[in-house]
Amino acid sequence: MALVSSPVPPALRAKRRREAARTLAFLSPWLIGFGVFFLYPLVSTAYFSFMHYDGFRAPTFSGLRNWEYVLTTYPSFWTGLGNTLWLVVVMVGLRVVFGLGIGMLITKVKSGAGFFRTAFYLPYLAPPVAATMAFAFLLNPGTGPVNHLLGELGLPQPGWFNDPAWSKPALTLLAVWGIGDLMVIFMAALLDVPKEQYEAAQLDGASAFQRFRYVTLPNISPIVMFAVVTGVIQTMQYYTQAIVAGKVASGVIGGSGQQFEPGYPSGSTWTLPQMVYNLAFHQSDYGSACVVAVVLFALSMAFTSLLLRRRSGFLAED
Amino acid sequence: MTLAPALPREAAAPAPAAARTARRRAALHWVAVHALAIAAALFFLLPFVFLFLTSVMTDHQALTSDLWPTHWQWSNFSKVWHTPGFLTWWRNTLLYAAAGTALTVVSSLPVAYALAKFRFRGRNLALMAVVSMMMLPPQVTIIPMYLFWAKQLHLTGSLWPLIVPMAFGDAFSIFLLRQFLLTIPREYLEAARIDGCGELRTLLRVVLPMARPAVAAVALFQFFYCWNDYFGPQIYASENPGAWTLSYGLESFKSAHHTNWNLTMAATLLVMAPVIVLFFFAQRAFIEGVTLTGVKG
Repeated sequence: MALVSSPVPPALRAKRRREAARTLAFLSPWLIGFGVFFLYPLVSTAYFSFMHYDGFRAPTFSGLRNWEYVLTTYPSFWTGLGNTLWLVVVMVGLRVVFGLGIGMLITKVKSGAGFFRTAFYLPYLAPPVAATMAFAFLLNPGTGPVNHLLGELGLPQPGWFNDPAWSKPALTLLAVWGIGDLMVIFMAALLDVPKEQYEAAQLDGASAFQRFRYVTLPNISPIVMFAVVTGVIQTMQYYTQAIVAGKVASGVIGGSGQQFEPGYPSGSTWTLPQMVYNLAFHQSDYGSACVVAVVLFALSMAFTSLLLRRRSGFLAED
Repeated sequence: MTLAPALPREAAAPAPAAARTARRRAALHWVAVHALAIAAALFFLLPFVFLFLTSVMTDHQALTSDLWPTHWQWSNFSKVWHTPGFLTWWRNTLLYAAAGTALTVVSSLPVAYALAKFRFRGRNLALMAVVSMMMLPPQVTIIPMYLFWAKQLHLTGSLWPLIVPMAFGDAFSIFLLRQFLLTIPREYLEAARIDGCGELRTLLRVVLPMARPAVAAVALFQFFYCWNDYFGPQIYASENPGAWTLSYGLESFKSAHHTNWNLTMAATLLVMAPVIVLFFFAQRAFIEGVTLTGVKG
């Protein structure tokens, strides 16, 4: 750094100004996007959460009434929050454990590795609507192949998407089927673990479990952390699969005249994002929808801040 | 990406008896690993097989719990293809995905470059803002955005509200590109500067060719995102069937044929097919991209 006392020479000042202009120019598409598609709607959502607005008449200030309605009267809020938390714990947990298991398996396969890798990865690519419709068919209690096979084996045949006790496990099964992204991330991390550490552990007589516990896990823990946090954030947004599964299983979909019961069966697949959609676009209660949106925002940012902690290495420079 | 080469399980053993046990253990290990892998492959692939088998059944057989088609009715696929609207959804989806992908790449690359290689005040703050945007559930901002497109611009019922925002940088793409651009050594950029290249020329002539795998990955991800998007079309396009995309239309297809699992599954396969074909052509770029998002251990 230059001596502080001397004034900045004009040439340097001009250069700095040029650099600032250049930086601004490169960032400009995103700066506009950040303002128009992030900051503005966020502020506006918070504002509308204190307004009564039905989409037609001018919004009027209603104080905390929307908040009170959502948190105390609106019967589905706590059900939806409970379902979202259930999915966060069980779905994310199983996806991470299963993804790590499949990642470890693929690093050990010696024959046909290319085939297995593609096979394990493929379901991840299936478009969510298509994959959910496929699972609604596979798991349908009447003629579905899964229950057919379970019956042949003499096992119980659950109602899956039609049974409130089984609908979330069925969605979890669908999520575990699409594990390809985690498999690839874990596979890369596992191949990065230094071989010498395994050899040293083996010389010390460590069992397979001990090698996993004391060599593998410490080496890949940042990736596990990454998978958990991003998984939680994705699950907060869980929407398409829940809504499509409910619609297909209830037999009410699209414009068939019948009213779709949100969260079918019995509210068991009802989640926070669906609440935003339903309150705003079906019940024309934009104010209450914004309350749920603010809650959703607070929850996701809390988890995002975990990811942004220095320790997680997420924003590391090199 | 390559898998680790097969390691010899045990070092050469001194005694022949010990060598035999070691070899037997290695063989058992091989069998166990591959048996597990086959079981897992069945779990991942059987759903596709059942889908396909049902999609070629007759209407009558699709109502039974039969697994194997007695009569292979290939015409189901052409029937789906000629359903009114299906071609429109197809065209809309392609338009959304192609335009969205192109705009995203063009608008995100300079931002990622600035975040990776320029020094300026507030850079870390900008980066955190990008990550926050990336993690934001789309439902949080949807109400003001919908009101904006519907009441101010009167453009709902078209693809515009889906495509236009992609011209302003996509947070995930910016983040992924930045992660990759960090790995390009500074010397290349300085050499270009000494040769008299401006920043834009440096980006296009030096950085872009080196970043081709990352750009390919971002383009693929964005294409898949648009192809799969259900929430966006549901909000902005649902009021006008002429603007529906495949993901949204597929759902209504089910309602029109709600007893015909065979036709529904044929339609489902037709929606999956392009994505899977694209994957086989670009497998490597795709997997490199996924790895890049997982950043570093």
